[in-house]
Amino acid sequence: MAAMFSQNPVMNGPNYSFSDAPRTANGEFREHRFNPYSDNGGSTLAIAGADFTIVAGDTRSTSGYSINSRYTPKVFKIGGTTSSQDDATILLSVVGFAADGEALRDRLDAICKIYRYRHGKPMSVTACAKRLSTILYQKRFFPYYVHAILGGLDEEGKGAVFSYDPVGSYEREQCRAGGAAASLITPFLDNQVNFKNQYVPGSGTGHDLKEREVVPLVRRDAEILVKDAFDGAVERHIEVGDGLQMMTITKDGIEEVLLPLKRD
Amino acid sequence: MDHRPQAWGRPRDDVYGAYDASFMNPNGPNQATQSPIVTGTSVVAIKFSEGVVIAADNLASYGSLARFTDVKRLRTFADSTVIGFGGDVSDMQYLDRHLTSLAIDESYSAPSLDSDAGGPPKARLNAANLHKYLAKLLYARRSKFDPLWNHLLVAGLDDDDKPFLAAADLLGTTFSAPSLATGFGSMLAQPIMRRFAPDEEAAARLTREQAVDVVKQCMKVLFYRDARSLDSYSIAVVTKDGVDLKENEKLENQSWAFAERIRGYGTQTA
Repeated sequence: MAAMFSQNPVMNGPNYSFSDAPRTANGEFREHRFNPYSDNGGSTLAIAGADFTIVAGDTRSTSGYSINSRYTPKVFKIGGTTSSQDDATILLSVVGFAADGEALRDRLDAICKIYRYRHGKPMSVTACAKRLSTILYQKRFFPYYVHAILGGLDEEGKGAVFSYDPVGSYEREQCRAGGAAASLITPFLDNQVNFKNQYVPGSGTGHDLKEREVVPLVRRDAEILVKDAFDGAVERHIEVGDGLQMMTITKDGIEEVLLPLKRD
Repeated sequence: MDHRPQAWGRPRDDVYGAYDASFMNPNGPNQATQSPIVTGTSVVAIKFSEGVVIAADNLASYGSLARFTDVKRLRTFADSTVIGFGGDVSDMQYLDRHLTSLAIDESYSAPSLDSDAGGPPKARLNAANLHKYLAKLLYARRSKFDPLWNHLLVAGLDDDDKPFLAAADLLGTTFSAPSLATGFGSMLAQPIMRRFAPDEEAAARLTREQAVDVVKQCMKVLFYRDARSLDSYSIAVVTKDGVDLKENEKLENQSWAFAERIRGYGTQTA
Protein backbone atom coordinates (compact mmCIF):
# COMPACT_ATOMS: atom_id res chain seq x y z
CA MET A 1 0.00 0.00 0.00
CA ALA A 2 2.61 2.49 1.07
CA ALA A 3 4.61 2.03 -2.11
CA MET A 4 1.58 2.74 -4.25
CA PHE A 5 1.16 6.30 -2.99
CA SER A 6 4.79 7.12 -2.57
CA GLN A 7 6.18 9.11 -5.43
CA ASN A 8 9.65 9.56 -4.08
CA PRO A 9 11.36 6.34 -3.04
CA VAL A 10 14.27 8.24 -1.54
CA MET A 11 11.99 10.21 0.79
CA ASN A 12 9.94 7.19 1.72
CA GLY A 13 10.47 7.65 5.45
CA PRO A 14 7.68 8.88 7.66
CA ASN A 15 7.57 12.66 7.47
CA TYR A 16 4.36 12.77 9.45
CA SER A 17 1.86 10.08 10.29
CA PHE A 18 -1.28 9.17 12.10
CA SER A 19 0.44 6.02 13.27
CA ASP A 20 1.62 6.56 16.84
CA ALA A 21 2.00 3.01 18.05
CA PRO A 22 4.93 3.01 20.48
CA ARG A 23 8.21 1.68 19.07
CA THR A 24 11.54 0.72 20.56
CA ALA A 25 14.83 2.44 19.61
CA ASN A 26 15.40 -0.04 16.77
CA GLY A 27 12.01 0.62 15.24
CA GLU A 28 10.17 -2.51 16.40
CA PHE A 29 6.79 -2.21 18.00
CA ARG A 30 7.07 -1.94 21.76
CA GLU A 31 4.48 -4.33 23.04
CA HIS A 32 3.53 -4.17 26.68
CA ARG A 33 1.10 -6.99 27.09
CA PHE A 34 -1.73 -7.08 29.55
CA ASN A 35 -1.63 -10.33 31.49
CA PRO A 36 -5.02 -12.00 31.10
CA TYR A 37 -4.42 -14.64 33.78
CA SER A 38 -4.20 -14.77 37.54
CA ASP A 39 -4.02 -17.54 40.13
CA ASN A 40 -6.83 -17.85 42.66
CA GLY A 41 -5.21 -20.69 44.63
CA GLY A 42 -7.11 -23.50 46.29
CA SER A 43 -6.98 -27.23 45.82
CA THR A 44 -9.23 -30.04 44.60
CA LEU A 45 -9.33 -33.79 45.04
CA ALA A 46 -11.36 -36.65 43.55
CA ILE A 47 -11.49 -40.33 44.47
CA ALA A 48 -13.36 -43.07 42.60
CA GLY A 49 -14.80 -46.01 44.55
CA ALA A 50 -16.53 -49.20 43.43
CA ASP A 51 -19.98 -47.60 43.29
CA PHE A 52 -19.39 -43.95 44.17
CA THR A 53 -17.20 -40.97 43.30
CA ILE A 54 -16.14 -38.19 45.65
CA VAL A 55 -15.15 -34.79 44.27
CA ALA A 56 -13.95 -32.26 46.82
CA GLY A 57 -12.38 -28.82 46.95
CA ASP A 58 -11.59 -26.14 49.50
CA THR A 59 -13.68 -22.96 49.32
CA ARG A 60 -11.01 -20.27 49.71
CA SER A 61 -10.41 -17.75 46.89
CA THR A 62 -7.13 -15.82 47.00
CA SER A 63 -5.24 -13.10 45.12
CA GLY A 64 -1.60 -13.11 46.11
CA TYR A 65 -1.48 -13.05 49.91
CA SER A 66 -5.06 -11.73 50.23
CA ILE A 67 -8.16 -13.84 50.84
CA ASN A 68 -10.91 -12.67 48.47
CA SER A 69 -13.57 -14.86 49.96
CA ARG A 70 -13.89 -17.77 52.38
CA TYR A 71 -16.71 -19.36 50.41
CA THR A 72 -16.21 -19.61 46.65
CA PRO A 73 -17.10 -23.16 45.54
CA LYS A 74 -14.84 -25.00 43.09
CA VAL A 75 -16.96 -28.14 42.66
CA PHE A 76 -20.02 -27.92 40.42
CA LYS A 77 -22.90 -30.14 39.38
CA ILE A 78 -23.05 -30.41 35.59
CA GLY A 79 -25.88 -31.10 33.15
CA GLY A 80 -29.01 -31.05 35.30
CA THR A 81 -32.33 -30.19 33.66
CA THR A 82 -32.56 -26.78 35.32
CA SER A 83 -30.20 -24.28 36.92
CA SER A 84 -30.88 -25.86 40.33
CA GLN A 85 -29.03 -28.98 39.03
CA ASP A 86 -31.16 -31.30 41.19
CA ASP A 87 -30.98 -34.19 38.70
CA ALA A 88 -27.33 -33.72 37.68
CA THR A 89 -25.22 -36.87 37.38
CA ILE A 90 -21.78 -35.39 36.72
CA LEU A 91 -19.44 -33.31 38.86
CA LEU A 92 -16.76 -30.90 37.64
CA SER A 93 -14.07 -29.34 39.78
CA VAL A 94 -11.92 -26.52 38.47
CA VAL A 95 -8.93 -24.94 40.16
CA GLY A 96 -6.47 -22.32 38.92
CA PHE A 97 -7.74 -19.11 37.30
CA ALA A 98 -11.28 -18.83 38.67
CA ALA A 99 -12.75 -16.73 35.82
CA ASP A 100 -11.65 -19.34 33.25
CA GLY A 101 -12.94 -22.06 35.56
CA GLU A 102 -16.40 -20.56 35.65
CA ALA A 103 -16.41 -19.93 31.90
CA LEU A 104 -15.44 -23.57 31.33
CA ARG A 105 -18.10 -24.81 33.75
CA ASP A 106 -20.76 -22.69 32.00
CA ARG A 107 -19.75 -24.02 28.57
CA LEU A 108 -19.75 -27.67 29.62
CA ASP A 109 -23.02 -27.27 31.50
CA ALA A 110 -24.71 -25.67 28.48
CA ILE A 111 -23.47 -28.49 26.22
CA CYS A 112 -24.71 -31.19 28.63
CA LYS A 113 -28.10 -29.45 28.90
CA ILE A 114 -28.46 -29.29 25.11
CA TYR A 115 -27.53 -32.99 24.92
CA ARG A 116 -30.20 -33.84 27.50
CA TYR A 117 -32.78 -31.78 25.61
CA ARG A 118 -31.97 -33.35 22.24
CA HIS A 119 -31.58 -36.97 23.34
CA GLY A 120 -33.98 -37.08 26.27
CA LYS A 121 -31.36 -38.60 28.56
CA PRO A 122 -28.39 -37.32 30.54
CA MET A 123 -24.92 -37.46 28.99
CA SER A 124 -22.70 -40.33 30.14
CA VAL A 125 -19.54 -39.37 32.04
CA THR A 126 -17.32 -40.95 29.39
CA ALA A 127 -18.97 -38.87 26.65
CA CYS A 128 -18.83 -35.75 28.77
CA ALA A 129 -15.15 -36.46 29.52
CA LYS A 130 -14.28 -36.58 25.81
CA ARG A 131 -16.32 -33.42 25.15
CA LEU A 132 -14.52 -31.57 27.95
CA SER A 133 -11.19 -32.51 26.41
CA THR A 134 -12.35 -31.08 23.08
CA ILE A 135 -13.54 -27.84 24.68
CA LEU A 136 -10.18 -27.38 26.38
CA TYR A 137 -8.22 -28.18 23.22
CA GLN A 138 -10.28 -25.72 21.16
CA LYS A 139 -8.59 -23.03 23.21
CA ARG A 140 -5.15 -24.58 22.75
CA PHE A 141 -3.50 -21.22 21.96
CA PHE A 142 -5.31 -19.16 24.63
CA PRO A 143 -6.01 -21.88 27.17
CA TYR A 144 -8.44 -22.04 30.04
CA TYR A 145 -5.85 -21.84 32.82
CA VAL A 146 -7.40 -24.53 34.99
CA HIS A 147 -6.82 -28.02 36.24
CA ALA A 148 -10.18 -29.70 35.68
CA ILE A 149 -11.35 -32.95 37.25
CA LEU A 150 -14.57 -34.64 36.13
CA GLY A 151 -16.33 -37.22 38.28
CA GLY A 152 -19.33 -39.51 37.87
CA LEU A 153 -20.48 -43.10 37.51
CA ASP A 154 -19.66 -44.95 34.29
CA GLU A 155 -22.04 -47.15 32.26
CA GLU A 156 -21.38 -50.09 34.62
CA GLY A 157 -22.10 -47.97 37.69
CA LYS A 158 -18.45 -47.86 38.75
CA GLY A 159 -16.90 -44.67 40.07
CA ALA A 160 -15.05 -42.69 37.37
CA VAL A 161 -12.59 -39.83 37.73
CA PHE A 162 -11.14 -38.03 34.70
CA SER A 163 -8.37 -35.48 35.12
CA TYR A 164 -7.24 -32.87 32.59
CA ASP A 165 -4.38 -30.52 31.90
CA PRO A 166 -5.23 -26.96 30.74
CA VAL A 167 -5.10 -27.88 27.04
CA GLY A 168 -7.23 -31.01 27.18
CA SER A 169 -4.98 -34.05 27.71
CA TYR A 170 -7.00 -36.39 29.88
CA GLU A 171 -6.87 -39.73 31.59
CA ARG A 172 -9.23 -41.89 33.65
CA GLU A 173 -7.84 -42.51 37.11
CA GLN A 174 -8.69 -43.91 40.52
CA CYS A 175 -7.85 -40.63 42.22
CA ARG A 176 -6.38 -37.21 41.45
CA ALA A 177 -5.43 -34.06 43.35
CA GLY A 178 -5.31 -30.68 41.60
CA GLY A 179 -4.37 -27.08 42.29
CA ALA A 180 -2.04 -25.32 44.69
CA ALA A 181 -1.60 -28.23 47.11
CA ALA A 182 -1.64 -31.03 44.49
CA SER A 183 2.02 -31.79 45.15
CA LEU A 184 1.30 -32.10 48.87
CA ILE A 185 -1.77 -34.31 48.53
CA THR A 186 -0.64 -36.60 45.67
CA PRO A 187 1.95 -38.67 47.58
CA PHE A 188 -0.56 -39.19 50.38
CA LEU A 189 -3.08 -40.43 47.82
CA ASP A 190 -0.49 -42.70 46.15
CA ASN A 191 0.05 -44.40 49.47
CA GLN A 192 -3.51 -44.48 50.80
CA VAL A 193 -5.57 -45.07 47.64
CA ASN A 194 -3.22 -46.95 45.31
CA PHE A 195 -1.28 -48.56 48.22
CA LYS A 196 2.10 -47.54 46.81
CA ASN A 197 5.07 -48.62 48.96
CA GLN A 198 2.82 -50.94 50.92
CA TYR A 199 3.96 -54.56 50.96
CA VAL A 200 2.59 -57.76 52.40
CA PRO A 201 4.30 -58.23 55.79
CA GLY A 202 6.88 -61.01 55.81
CA SER A 203 6.90 -61.42 52.02
CA GLY A 204 10.67 -61.05 51.92
CA THR A 205 13.15 -58.35 50.96
CA GLY A 206 14.12 -56.58 47.71
CA HIS A 207 12.51 -58.17 44.64
CA ASP A 208 10.78 -60.76 46.79
CA LEU A 209 8.55 -58.08 48.34
CA LYS A 210 4.90 -58.59 47.42
CA GLU A 211 2.84 -55.45 46.86
CA ARG A 212 -0.36 -55.09 48.84
CA GLU A 213 -3.34 -55.85 46.63
CA VAL A 214 -5.17 -52.73 45.44
CA VAL A 215 -8.89 -52.75 46.25
CA PRO A 216 -11.38 -49.89 45.89
CA LEU A 217 -11.99 -47.97 49.11
CA VAL A 218 -15.27 -48.07 50.96
CA ARG A 219 -17.10 -44.75 51.00
CA ARG A 220 -16.63 -43.86 54.66
CA ASP A 221 -12.87 -44.50 54.45
CA ALA A 222 -12.59 -42.36 51.32
CA GLU A 223 -14.44 -39.48 52.98
CA ILE A 224 -12.11 -39.61 55.98
CA LEU A 225 -9.15 -39.72 53.60
CA VAL A 226 -10.36 -36.58 51.79
CA LYS A 227 -10.76 -34.66 55.04
CA ASP A 228 -7.31 -35.78 56.25
CA ALA A 229 -5.70 -34.82 52.94
CA PHE A 230 -7.16 -31.31 53.14
CA ASP A 231 -6.32 -30.87 56.83
CA GLY A 232 -2.73 -31.67 55.89
CA ALA A 233 -2.74 -29.29 52.91
CA VAL A 234 -4.18 -26.46 55.03
CA GLU A 235 -1.31 -26.79 57.50
CA ARG A 236 1.34 -26.46 54.80
CA HIS A 237 -0.18 -24.28 52.07
CA ILE A 238 -1.35 -20.70 52.61
CA GLU A 239 -3.77 -20.71 49.66
CA VAL A 240 -5.81 -23.62 51.02
CA GLY A 241 -8.35 -23.36 53.83
CA ASP A 242 -11.66 -21.96 55.16
CA GLY A 243 -14.04 -24.73 54.09
CA LEU A 244 -14.12 -28.16 52.49
CA GLN A 245 -16.84 -28.77 49.94
CA MET A 246 -17.30 -32.49 49.35
CA MET A 247 -19.75 -33.93 46.84
CA THR A 248 -20.42 -37.64 46.53
CA ILE A 249 -22.15 -39.28 43.56
CA THR A 250 -23.92 -42.62 44.07
CA LYS A 251 -26.66 -44.28 42.06
CA ASP A 252 -29.12 -42.40 44.31
CA GLY A 253 -27.84 -38.98 43.29
CA ILE A 254 -25.39 -36.37 44.57
CA GLU A 255 -24.85 -35.58 48.25
CA GLU A 256 -23.06 -32.40 49.29
CA VAL A 257 -21.41 -31.68 52.63
CA LEU A 258 -19.55 -28.59 53.79
CA LEU A 259 -16.96 -29.14 56.52
CA PRO A 260 -14.93 -26.46 58.28
CA LEU A 261 -11.21 -26.09 57.60
CA LYS A 262 -8.78 -23.80 59.43
CA ARG A 263 -9.31 -20.14 58.45
CA ASP A 264 -5.79 -18.87 59.27
CA MET B 1 3.73 17.77 -10.90
CA ASP B 2 2.48 14.29 -10.54
CA HIS B 3 -0.58 13.78 -12.69
CA ARG B 4 -1.22 10.10 -11.90
CA PRO B 5 -4.73 9.48 -10.62
CA GLN B 6 -3.34 7.96 -7.35
CA ALA B 7 -1.97 11.38 -6.41
CA TRP B 8 -5.13 13.39 -7.12
CA GLY B 9 -6.39 15.34 -4.15
CA ARG B 10 -3.37 14.49 -2.01
CA PRO B 11 -0.96 16.89 -0.31
CA ARG B 12 1.94 17.67 -2.68
CA ASP B 13 5.09 15.74 -1.87
CA ASP B 14 7.37 18.68 -2.71
CA VAL B 15 5.57 20.74 -0.07
CA TYR B 16 4.67 18.20 2.62
CA GLY B 17 7.04 15.30 1.94
CA ALA B 18 6.04 11.81 0.93
CA TYR B 19 2.80 10.61 2.43
CA ASP B 20 3.21 8.05 5.19
CA ALA B 21 0.52 5.50 4.62
CA SER B 22 1.75 3.19 7.37
CA PHE B 23 -1.29 3.94 9.52
CA MET B 24 -3.34 1.99 6.99
CA ASN B 25 -1.10 -1.03 7.46
CA PRO B 26 -3.28 -3.68 9.11
CA ASN B 27 -0.27 -5.52 10.56
CA GLY B 28 0.46 -2.97 13.28
CA PRO B 29 -0.74 -3.45 16.84
CA ASN B 30 -4.05 -2.06 17.99
CA GLN B 31 -3.80 0.04 21.09
CA ALA B 32 -5.91 -1.19 23.93
CA THR B 33 -5.84 -0.03 27.54
CA GLN B 34 -2.53 -1.34 28.83
CA SER B 35 -2.62 0.45 32.16
CA PRO B 36 -5.11 2.67 33.95
CA ILE B 37 -4.59 6.45 33.69
CA VAL B 38 -7.03 8.37 35.86
CA THR B 39 -7.90 6.10 38.73
CA GLY B 40 -10.22 5.76 41.68
CA THR B 41 -8.99 3.99 44.80
CA SER B 42 -10.79 1.62 47.18
CA VAL B 43 -14.47 0.76 47.37
CA VAL B 44 -15.67 -0.84 50.62
CA ALA B 45 -18.95 -2.62 51.33
CA ILE B 46 -20.52 -4.76 54.05
CA LYS B 47 -23.79 -6.69 54.33
CA PHE B 48 -26.17 -6.26 57.27
CA SER B 49 -29.50 -7.79 58.32
CA GLU B 50 -31.68 -6.30 55.58
CA GLY B 51 -29.28 -4.84 53.03
CA VAL B 52 -25.80 -3.66 52.11
CA VAL B 53 -23.75 -0.53 52.89
CA ILE B 54 -21.23 0.56 50.26
CA ALA B 55 -18.84 3.53 50.14
CA ALA B 56 -16.11 5.06 47.95
CA ASP B 57 -14.35 8.41 48.13
CA ASN B 58 -14.86 11.17 45.54
CA LEU B 59 -11.30 11.33 44.20
CA ALA B 60 -9.98 10.53 40.75
CA SER B 61 -6.16 10.47 40.78
CA TYR B 62 -3.76 11.00 37.88
CA GLY B 63 -0.85 8.95 39.14
CA SER B 64 0.05 10.54 42.47
CA LEU B 65 -1.73 13.78 41.56
CA ALA B 66 -5.16 14.28 43.18
CA ARG B 67 -6.60 15.42 39.82
CA PHE B 68 -10.41 15.45 40.17
CA THR B 69 -11.85 15.80 43.67
CA ASP B 70 -15.55 15.60 42.86
CA VAL B 71 -15.94 12.33 40.95
CA LYS B 72 -18.78 10.12 42.15
CA ARG B 73 -17.77 6.46 42.01
CA LEU B 74 -21.01 4.94 43.26
CA ARG B 75 -23.74 4.43 40.69
CA THR B 76 -27.31 3.29 41.26
CA PHE B 77 -29.09 0.99 38.84
CA ALA B 78 -32.88 0.82 38.64
CA ASP B 79 -33.21 2.19 42.22
CA SER B 80 -32.38 -1.25 43.55
CA THR B 81 -28.65 -1.79 43.05
CA VAL B 82 -25.47 0.20 43.69
CA ILE B 83 -22.25 -0.42 41.79
CA GLY B 84 -18.96 0.85 43.21
CA PHE B 85 -16.10 1.40 40.76
CA GLY B 86 -12.40 1.14 41.54
CA GLY B 87 -9.70 1.51 38.89
CA ASP B 88 -9.77 3.47 35.62
CA VAL B 89 -12.24 6.35 35.59
CA SER B 90 -12.72 6.52 31.80
CA ASP B 91 -13.62 2.83 31.76
CA MET B 92 -16.00 3.56 34.65
CA GLN B 93 -17.66 6.28 32.57
CA TYR B 94 -17.92 3.87 29.62
CA LEU B 95 -19.62 1.30 31.87
CA ASP B 96 -21.84 4.05 33.27
CA ARG B 97 -23.09 4.96 29.77
CA HIS B 98 -23.49 1.28 28.96
CA LEU B 99 -25.57 0.69 32.11
CA THR B 100 -27.70 3.76 31.39
CA SER B 101 -28.68 2.39 28.00
CA LEU B 102 -29.20 -1.06 29.53
CA ALA B 103 -31.53 0.43 32.14
CA ILE B 104 -33.52 2.23 29.44
CA ASP B 105 -33.79 -0.94 27.33
CA GLU B 106 -34.88 -2.91 30.39
CA SER B 107 -37.53 -0.43 31.44
CA TYR B 108 -39.06 -0.52 27.95
CA SER B 109 -38.80 -4.25 27.26
CA ALA B 110 -39.66 -5.51 30.73
CA PRO B 111 -43.08 -4.18 31.71
CA SER B 112 -43.41 -3.92 35.45
CA LEU B 113 -45.13 -6.86 37.11
CA ASP B 114 -46.54 -4.80 39.95
CA SER B 115 -47.04 -1.40 38.38
CA ASP B 116 -50.75 -1.55 39.29
CA ALA B 117 -49.71 -1.54 42.96
CA GLY B 118 -48.90 2.12 42.49
CA GLY B 119 -45.29 1.84 43.62
CA PRO B 120 -42.26 2.37 41.43
CA PRO B 121 -41.91 -0.32 38.73
CA LYS B 122 -39.89 -3.28 39.93
CA ALA B 123 -36.68 -3.80 38.04
CA ARG B 124 -36.30 -7.17 36.36
CA LEU B 125 -32.52 -7.05 36.65
CA ASN B 126 -31.62 -7.33 40.32
CA ALA B 127 -28.12 -6.98 41.78
CA ALA B 128 -27.30 -10.68 41.26
CA ASN B 129 -28.33 -10.50 37.59
CA LEU B 130 -26.42 -7.27 37.07
CA HIS B 131 -23.30 -8.70 38.69
CA LYS B 132 -23.42 -11.71 36.37
CA TYR B 133 -23.87 -9.39 33.38
CA LEU B 134 -20.94 -7.14 34.33
CA ALA B 135 -18.68 -10.12 35.11
CA LYS B 136 -19.41 -11.61 31.68
CA LEU B 137 -18.74 -8.23 30.07
CA LEU B 138 -15.40 -7.85 31.88
CA TYR B 139 -14.42 -11.44 31.04
CA ALA B 140 -15.27 -10.95 27.37
CA ARG B 141 -13.17 -7.80 27.24
CA ARG B 142 -10.16 -9.42 28.95
CA SER B 143 -10.47 -12.30 26.45
CA LYS B 144 -10.18 -9.72 23.63
CA PHE B 145 -7.02 -8.40 25.33
CA ASP B 146 -8.81 -5.07 25.67
CA PRO B 147 -9.77 -5.04 29.34
CA LEU B 148 -11.98 -2.59 31.17
CA TRP B 149 -9.55 -1.67 33.93
CA ASN B 150 -11.95 -1.74 36.85
CA HIS B 151 -12.63 -3.62 40.03
CA LEU B 152 -16.35 -3.47 40.76
CA LEU B 153 -18.46 -4.13 43.81
CA VAL B 154 -22.15 -4.78 43.18
CA ALA B 155 -24.49 -4.28 46.16
CA GLY B 156 -28.20 -4.95 46.31
CA LEU B 157 -30.64 -7.84 46.70
CA ASP B 158 -30.69 -11.29 45.08
CA ASP B 159 -33.59 -13.34 43.66
CA ASP B 160 -34.87 -14.12 47.17
CA ASP B 161 -34.61 -10.45 48.27
CA LYS B 162 -31.67 -11.37 50.52
CA PRO B 163 -28.71 -8.95 50.77
CA PHE B 164 -26.31 -9.48 47.85
CA LEU B 165 -22.70 -8.33 47.60
CA ALA B 166 -20.18 -9.50 45.01
CA ALA B 167 -17.05 -8.32 43.22
CA ALA B 168 -15.89 -8.54 39.62
CA ASP B 169 -12.48 -7.45 38.37
CA LEU B 170 -10.81 -6.64 35.05
CA LEU B 171 -10.03 -10.33 34.45
CA GLY B 172 -13.63 -11.37 34.99
CA THR B 173 -12.84 -12.99 38.33
CA THR B 174 -15.83 -12.95 40.65
CA PHE B 175 -16.33 -13.62 44.34
CA SER B 176 -18.84 -12.90 47.04
CA ALA B 177 -18.39 -12.43 50.79
CA PRO B 178 -20.14 -10.78 53.78
CA SER B 179 -17.75 -7.83 53.37
CA LEU B 180 -15.67 -6.82 50.37
CA ALA B 181 -13.15 -4.11 49.53
CA THR B 182 -11.15 -3.29 46.40
CA GLY B 183 -7.61 -1.98 46.04
CA PHE B 184 -5.95 -0.74 49.22
CA GLY B 185 -9.20 -1.43 51.04
CA SER B 186 -8.64 -5.16 50.71
CA MET B 187 -5.63 -4.77 53.00
CA LEU B 188 -6.73 -1.90 55.27
CA ALA B 189 -10.54 -2.07 55.46
CA GLN B 190 -11.28 -5.77 55.00
CA PRO B 191 -9.66 -6.84 58.33
CA ILE B 192 -11.77 -4.24 60.19
CA MET B 193 -14.97 -5.35 58.49
CA ARG B 194 -14.21 -9.04 59.08
CA ARG B 195 -14.06 -8.33 62.83
CA PHE B 196 -17.73 -7.35 62.64
CA ALA B 197 -18.88 -9.80 59.96
CA PRO B 198 -16.60 -12.87 59.99
CA ASP B 199 -19.31 -14.95 58.28
CA GLU B 200 -22.78 -14.66 56.74
CA GLU B 201 -24.53 -15.40 60.06
CA ALA B 202 -22.69 -12.56 61.80
CA ALA B 203 -23.48 -10.18 58.91
CA ALA B 204 -27.17 -11.13 59.15
CA ARG B 205 -27.13 -10.00 62.80
CA LEU B 206 -25.63 -6.55 62.07
CA THR B 207 -27.99 -3.57 62.22
CA ARG B 208 -28.03 -0.84 59.62
CA GLU B 209 -26.48 1.63 62.10
CA GLN B 210 -23.66 -0.78 62.98
CA ALA B 211 -22.89 -1.44 59.30
CA VAL B 212 -22.80 2.29 58.47
CA ASP B 213 -20.51 2.91 61.45
CA VAL B 214 -18.09 0.18 60.36
CA VAL B 215 -17.95 1.50 56.82
CA LYS B 216 -17.35 5.07 58.05
CA GLN B 217 -14.57 3.78 60.31
CA CYS B 218 -13.03 2.03 57.29
CA MET B 219 -13.19 5.20 55.19
CA LYS B 220 -11.34 7.03 57.97
CA VAL B 221 -8.59 4.40 58.21
CA LEU B 222 -8.27 4.50 54.42
CA PHE B 223 -7.93 8.29 54.45
CA TYR B 224 -5.25 8.05 57.14
CA ARG B 225 -3.16 5.46 55.32
CA ASP B 226 -4.00 5.46 51.58
CA ALA B 227 -2.12 8.36 49.94
CA ARG B 228 -4.52 8.35 46.95
CA SER B 229 -7.67 8.90 48.99
CA LEU B 230 -9.88 11.82 49.99
CA ASP B 231 -11.93 12.85 53.04
CA SER B 232 -14.96 13.54 50.87
CA TYR B 233 -16.83 10.35 50.02
CA SER B 234 -20.09 8.79 48.84
CA ILE B 235 -22.00 6.24 50.88
CA ALA B 236 -25.08 4.25 49.93
CA VAL B 237 -27.39 1.93 51.84
CA VAL B 238 -29.34 -0.56 49.72
CA THR B 239 -32.41 -2.27 51.20
CA LYS B 240 -35.78 -3.58 49.99
CA ASP B 241 -37.07 0.00 50.25
CA GLY B 242 -34.56 1.27 47.68
CA VAL B 243 -31.26 3.09 47.68
CA ASP B 244 -30.25 5.81 50.13
CA LEU B 245 -27.27 7.47 48.41
CA LYS B 246 -25.35 10.38 49.95
CA GLU B 247 -22.67 11.75 47.63
CA ASN B 248 -20.95 14.53 49.58
CA GLU B 249 -20.16 13.10 52.99
CA LYS B 250 -17.17 14.37 54.96
CA LEU B 251 -15.06 12.28 57.31
CA GLU B 252 -15.92 13.11 60.92
CA ASN B 253 -13.95 12.97 64.17
CA GLN B 254 -10.54 12.69 62.56
CA SER B 255 -7.70 12.47 65.00
CA TRP B 256 -4.04 12.10 64.25
CA ALA B 257 -3.29 11.61 67.95
CA PHE B 258 -2.23 8.04 67.23
CA ALA B 259 0.58 9.29 65.02
CA GLU B 260 2.85 10.47 67.83
CA ARG B 261 2.83 6.99 69.37
CA ILE B 262 4.26 5.46 66.20
CA ARG B 263 7.95 4.64 66.53
CA GLY B 264 10.46 3.04 64.24
CA TYR B 265 9.84 4.50 60.78
CA GLY B 266 11.33 8.00 61.14
CA THR B 267 14.56 9.57 62.30
CA GLN B 268 13.68 9.74 66.00
CA THR B 269 16.05 7.91 68.29
CA ALA B 270 13.84 7.30 71.32
